[in-house]
Amino acid sequence: MADATPKANPETVRCTIDGMELEVPKGTRIIDAAARAGIDVPHYCYHPGLSAPAQCRMCLVEVEKAPKLQPSCTATVADGNVIHTQSEKALEARKGVLEFYLVNHPLDCPVCDQSGECKLQDYTAAEGRAMGRLKEPKRVQGRDDFGGDVLFNADRCVMCTRCVRFMREVAQDERLAVVQRGHKNVIDTFFDEGLEGNIWADNIVDLCPVGALVSKDFLHKARAWDLDRAPSICPNCTQGCNVRLETRDNAVMRIKPRPNPEVNAHWMCDYGRLNYEWINREGRIEAPLVRDGDRLVGVSWADALTRLAGALRDVPVRDARAVVSPFMANEDAGALRRVMDVVGGGAGVYRCEAGEEVVLPGFPTLALRPDRAANVHGVELFGFKRAGGTSATGGLDEAAAHRGVLFVLGDELADAPEGFGANASLYVYVGHFASPAARNADFILPATTFAEMEGTFTNIQRRVQRFWPAIQAPGMARPAWQILGVLLAGISDAAPVGTAADAFEALASVRPEFGGLSYTDLAQGGAVLPSFAEAGD
Amino acid sequence: MAYPYRHPSEVLVLSKYFGDPEARTLKGWEARGGYAPLRKALGMTPAEIVNEVKASGLRGRGGAGFPTGVKWSFMPQKSDKPHYLLCNADESEPGTFKDRELIRWTPHALVEGCLIGAYAIRAEHAYIYIRGEFFEPAQILARAIEEAYAAGYAGKNVMGSGIDLDITLHIGAGAYICGEETGLMNSLEGRRGEPRIKPPFPAISGAFGKPSAINNVETLIAAAHIVQNGAEWYKQWGTEKSTGTKLFCVSGHVKRPGNYEVPMGFNFREFIYDVCGGTASGRPIKSVIPGGSSVPMLTADELDIGMDYEAMAAAGTMLGCGSVIIMDDTTNIVKQVRRMVDFYAHESCGQCTPCREGTAWAAKILRRIENGRGTQEDLDTLISISDNMSGKTICVLSDAAAAPIVSSIEKFRGDYLEMMHAGAGVPVASAIAL
Repeated sequence: MADATPKANPETVRCTIDGMELEVPKGTRIIDAAARAGIDVPHYCYHPGLSAPAQCRMCLVEVEKAPKLQPSCTATVADGNVIHTQSEKALEARKGVLEFYLVNHPLDCPVCDQSGECKLQDYTAAEGRAMGRLKEPKRVQGRDDFGGDVLFNADRCVMCTRCVRFMREVAQDERLAVVQRGHKNVIDTFFDEGLEGNIWADNIVDLCPVGALVSKDFLHKARAWDLDRAPSICPNCTQGCNVRLETRDNAVMRIKPRPNPEVNAHWMCDYGRLNYEWINREGRIEAPLVRDGDRLVGVSWADALTRLAGALRDVPVRDARAVVSPFMANEDAGALRRVMDVVGGGAGVYRCEAGEEVVLPGFPTLALRPDRAANVHGVELFGFKRAGGTSATGGLDEAAAHRGVLFVLGDELADAPEGFGANASLYVYVGHFASPAARNADFILPATTFAEMEGTFTNIQRRVQRFWPAIQAPGMARPAWQILGVLLAGISDAAPVGTAADAFEALASVRPEFGGLSYTDLAQGGAVLPSFAEAGD
Repeated sequence: MAYPYRHPSEVLVLSKYFGDPEARTLKGWEARGGYAPLRKALGMTPAEIVNEVKASGLRGRGGAGFPTGVKWSFMPQKSDKPHYLLCNADESEPGTFKDRELIRWTPHALVEGCLIGAYAIRAEHAYIYIRGEFFEPAQILARAIEEAYAAGYAGKNVMGSGIDLDITLHIGAGAYICGEETGLMNSLEGRRGEPRIKPPFPAISGAFGKPSAINNVETLIAAAHIVQNGAEWYKQWGTEKSTGTKLFCVSGHVKRPGNYEVPMGFNFREFIYDVCGGTASGRPIKSVIPGGSSVPMLTADELDIGMDYEAMAAAGTMLGCGSVIIMDDTTNIVKQVRRMVDFYAHESCGQCTPCREGTAWAAKILRRIENGRGTQEDLDTLISISDNMSGKTICVLSDAAAAPIVSSIEKFRGDYLEMMHAGAGVPVASAIAL
């Protein structure tokens, strides 16, 4: 028995779940305790980021000596509890509840946009009745455009009310409500405006355990079961929300939040979520190009970098300027800084679009931050200064007039003045798109975007967070840290940089703030730069 | 204005002034000894009142029969939060109309009961939640509350005692579920009428998140009598565990429908045949629902039982709130049950899946059977659905819907089978319409 031996810690309780003995903190919900033991208790209404109303009745479990089955999402573990999640009584209750769900839920799995991510489908397959007993017609409620990116299929709704509670408790903008009663219950918006204008509303699509709330953006675009998923960081503002890039056919199909209690809990904003098409943009530079008179000639990486190293050694003015994109990784910016230091030092700028800050009221640590790029704080750490206006344009005059070595890293230079870089003794463009200003460069080196590589961003909390490759890089594109790392080894006695971990380790040589952080230990949660953590920033 | 019918076996404690319009007024109520219990209560400590009510054995008359004094003693002893007394006057179980009559004829008795109850639980504010459809009783009650304030029985410094007691009448919008105690609290707070998960129990976190006790109209009026006359006086009636008198409201195929007050434990058969006069038509009784539509049915052979909580439970049913529905042998039980289940399906708040979907599904099956398109398999399905609905939801509305289904199939299976064989010629359109 769980209570046979005395407990070591008075702040914990002991219980037995499905025969496994556990010691959990006092006040732990049974469903969470079960999860610790690796047991997934089926549930719809329960979500760790919301209040638990215990209304779906899916998570009922048998607790010995309790007269009735207990909702494991609200019942907490008491010392000595013996809990059965798979007993005949519990399984019978779940089977019954699942049958009730199917009374009015259409079995349109083949066309439902949830395409396999449906908990009703999963649970019914795992524990439901083999054959339904329903002979009656199902009620029909149709669908509704909730505004924003959200489309509502009322017939598929399981009335878990997660969406209503999210808007009430987290977004604190109560735009959804349950209307009607009984089996006519339906989620509805108050007015025609619906969810329009609330930038957190798409989180309800993630929360919906079935195909009732779907994203218009993703509608009929891909089947969820066809997607590949990679952990990443949202690149669209300095919050650095932990996300998954969900891809198919080497393109990002959608972005979903990934839980991180320190950064974004379970949520992300619609701005970040829906701003991904640029990652899929075609027309990328696919091979290193080297200037040969008026022409740009495609060459091998070895050729390009050997010639670039030679050119840097021979360049008459040993002073560099740079324009860096805040969408580039810490490793990219750090490698550029190291190259610039070898070349003779110099200043650099970055340009970033800016807008209004929109805080999530129920989790104020999270906001759509004013700076709409992921690594503003990272590139600033490497000494690059903000330039230009709030639309990420302008501010290139000094770089355009520079007579020494000019580096551009990631910035597309779409608004650059004519003849940009013409004054430079050597103009090196490391980036993604060959805009007219980029085509003035002596060396055009194709770099990967964050979605195609491994690296880190530094967010507004100075939390350094890793991201992983989600799609294949086009052609010969390589991570900028790799390109610049090889170059650095060619122009100095720096050790070659083979991996992102090497590139990360090298950051500490130019910015001591990164000292003490281990790339491996950053894992999927990231870590705050030690100096900021100590300062309590 | 005499009350329609009085039977010599009745014991008139709560219903003594039914039919006496003078008792509605403050002056009339005072002339009949009204507000003396309040005066007496204010001379006692709250603990003394709770102990007296506890000693009386009074059990809640809203249906569950929980001991009132014990409920009051659950209120926190040391609390810096305000306490609230909530009076549940949302009487809406089909066949139930006793509280309405208490309010209509003796509104001051309820006001007084609320004031005493509030004082006993150390609350300064009592809310009376009355259903919106009770328009006339609500008007009468509002007038009584106004009079009580004007006379100094409510408000600041009640009767010079230094104690403040306020009463607010809250008129609901009409939903059965708002008579469930936590659903009532939600509704009172201006939220959707949905029951809350317990714990926390109302004594810890009730209305507005504060400790609250919630009592039925009849309970609070009985408590005032107990304060005035003592626990022993009250225990002269009833059985050991079900003390006192109780109002029973009788409807259906009965000769003398209405409200009757008899001691707990009164013989049910005698009550139906003698007090209520048997069936209106003189035809044999087919079934009786003893405690409101949410309790299991009894057959005519099962009526020799006491009208108390224990005897009813032993007979496989419940005393409930004392709503006796009598059905003679012309009753089509299937239609009757279908109507009841329709009611529950309509009134389900829809929060819990088994109730939301189960009540409506059962109603659809029953309607199909009623239209002659049922099969024996449907009866197994109904029993199974009922089992899946019982004891698996936040409140007991789905248990209430399941009770008549299960008991009617157990006891009147023949009615179901008969309907299954009488289905030819029923238009399909009407058969599937709900």
